[in-house]
Amino acid sequence: MSPIVQGMLTIVIGVGGCIGYFFLSNLILDKVIFPAKGPNPGVNINRANLVRPWLFLFPAMAALGLYLVYPVIGSFWRSLYNRSGDEFIGFGNYAVMFADDGFQTALFNNFLWVLFVPAAATFLGLLVAQLTDRLKWGNIAKSLIFMPMAISFVGASLIWKFVYANNADIGLINALRDFFGAEEPLDVLQVQFWNNFFLMVILVWIQTGFAMVILSAALRGIPEETVEAAIIDGANPFQVFFKIKVPQIMGTIVVVWTTITILVLKVFDIVYTMTGGNFGTEILPSYMMSYMFRDDGRATAVAFVIMIVVLPVMIWNIRQARAEMR
Amino acid sequence: MDNIAGTKSALGWAVNLSVVFLVVLWLIPTVGLLVSSFRDRDQITASGWWMSPFAVEQNYQASIPAEEARKDGAFFVIEGNIFSGGEGEVLRFGGARSAPTAYAPGETADLRRDRSLVVEANGDFIYKNPEEIKRDPNVYYSTATPPSFSLDNYRTILFSNGMDVAFINTFTVTIPATIIPILIAAFAAYALAWMDFKGRGLLIAMVVGLLVVPLQLALVPLLQLHNKVGIGQSFLGIWMAHTGFGLPLAIYLLRNYMVGLPRDIIESAKVDGATDFQVFTKIVLPLSFPALASFAIFQFLWVWNDLLVAKVFLPSNSESWVMTVKIADDLLGSRGGDWGILAGAAFISIAVPLLVFFTMQRYLVRGLLAGSVK
Repeated sequence: MSPIVQGMLTIVIGVGGCIGYFFLSNLILDKVIFPAKGPNPGVNINRANLVRPWLFLFPAMAALGLYLVYPVIGSFWRSLYNRSGDEFIGFGNYAVMFADDGFQTALFNNFLWVLFVPAAATFLGLLVAQLTDRLKWGNIAKSLIFMPMAISFVGASLIWKFVYANNADIGLINALRDFFGAEEPLDVLQVQFWNNFFLMVILVWIQTGFAMVILSAALRGIPEETVEAAIIDGANPFQVFFKIKVPQIMGTIVVVWTTITILVLKVFDIVYTMTGGNFGTEILPSYMMSYMFRDDGRATAVAFVIMIVVLPVMIWNIRQARAEMR
Repeated sequence: MDNIAGTKSALGWAVNLSVVFLVVLWLIPTVGLLVSSFRDRDQITASGWWMSPFAVEQNYQASIPAEEARKDGAFFVIEGNIFSGGEGEVLRFGGARSAPTAYAPGETADLRRDRSLVVEANGDFIYKNPEEIKRDPNVYYSTATPPSFSLDNYRTILFSNGMDVAFINTFTVTIPATIIPILIAAFAAYALAWMDFKGRGLLIAMVVGLLVVPLQLALVPLLQLHNKVGIGQSFLGIWMAHTGFGLPLAIYLLRNYMVGLPRDIIESAKVDGATDFQVFTKIVLPLSFPALASFAIFQFLWVWNDLLVAKVFLPSNSESWVMTVKIADDLLGSRGGDWGILAGAAFISIAVPLLVFFTMQRYLVRGLLAGSVK
């Protein structure tokens, strides 16, 4: 069966199945198990309403449980076993991994990514949001800077491969170097340590639009009176921005920052496409992929380390969400 | 507020200029790719894409027909035009492969063994050799090739490189993986927004927590599970995986939106005797269209652009490659130096997301705001 036919069939079965499930399960609940008639209809209606939320929730909870909750435990469990998965070795994988040079490099590089990318993207996003705020053609400008968000990491990497190309007739960087009198073209992706930053620039290029959109909305939400009052009191535009506006959107800045941080910890595509983890550019997600299909024990151990790094953000997010609900 | 004291026109200029600068900076890489995708391989390596509107200096080789040689005094001489009737302008020429552009037009090139060659700018040449000419001598010259743009790269990549299969595969993966989670999530989001039951707060917290679980954790256990139940690496597997991975965001976005719907409408419907199922399908779902659209766009872009899940959950043979895998694992390896092909492939893969992005940006922005500002 060709994948297209299979795809259409899946849509029909999936959509039909969902609608059928929700409709029938509600019907059975109301008509068969707890009918709103007979000796005690009131009690039955109440009982039906106790059960109904779970009917609505069941498919989603089952999918979440199977595809996100179970893997957390399953991965941890698998990481305690050896490569072929038949021998329990406790934290053996972790011990070997932490002693591995490649892992240490990846951890260090990931640390750089987490420091640099969210900071740069948030800063640039805030800058663009503020600059375009009162501009007539601001929306066009924003839309163009937002555009890389739609491009895949692989596509973006290819785009930047042209910029970084080791040839003054293809790569802009080398063309500029050539223009300023450099003799030989330079492969910037092979410059130790700094090549990490050239890769980070790609993610900053993508994520600035995201930060800009959210921060721009936050800037619009600032009460006009506060800004007007500051201007009347003689504040210059920079003071208005740094002392009046930024403090008021600090909460949003933190949200943007953490969202990008989480993303940084997951993206393996850029490193994979640009350098394949060579020249000292490995990060945790790409390090994990290099063990995927080869050594599941090691791969799951790396994944679990990523999970542990993400954990504080997860807890913070949950606390924020709970605080809002009260 | 443009007229309030403190906004100076000099500052206005600075703002305009810096925004122009930033926009140009942001666009340059993509424009470079787009322009390169229309140029052929030789032109790409001969001059940067920013020079593409101008003529390119390219080196050529022509062989002079030996049978046209005639005896002139002590020399055997061949005369003719290297463009053989066509138009052109010789910029440099040479008589040896090792120095193809050693001489300017009109100069006399003294070659080995007393041979000589003169090429004029219009292509006329005179070749002299004291011995009889047996093999066709070679002339090397460079000429300005006018800029040429064509769809050849796209033709090559689509019709002889398997990119068409990858394109269809990407579609096949994306559409079901976008539609199915919406429906499942909508019901759950309604329950979490408008139904009262024990443990609701806990479930919402769980959804928020699952939003940030790294996908990397899911790969190994789920692939093992898929293999055990017989799904293995297949389209069915990737649809299910994407559905599962997309659900937290879907539920979160939709719940946030549904909570904001006016309470009066829903309560009066219930007073009139509507069941929860009716309230959901007849009132809440139609009203939530903007949120549904935002999530659909998110999920579409995310699945279309995904490399990780496709690498793990789809079979690794070339018939099931999606475009990201095709580019990352195949083209970059085997066609690493063919920049025109790479640019064309990249542009094919980003064209659909860009189209979706520019036509439905409104919903995308709304979704982003609902997803992170609250």
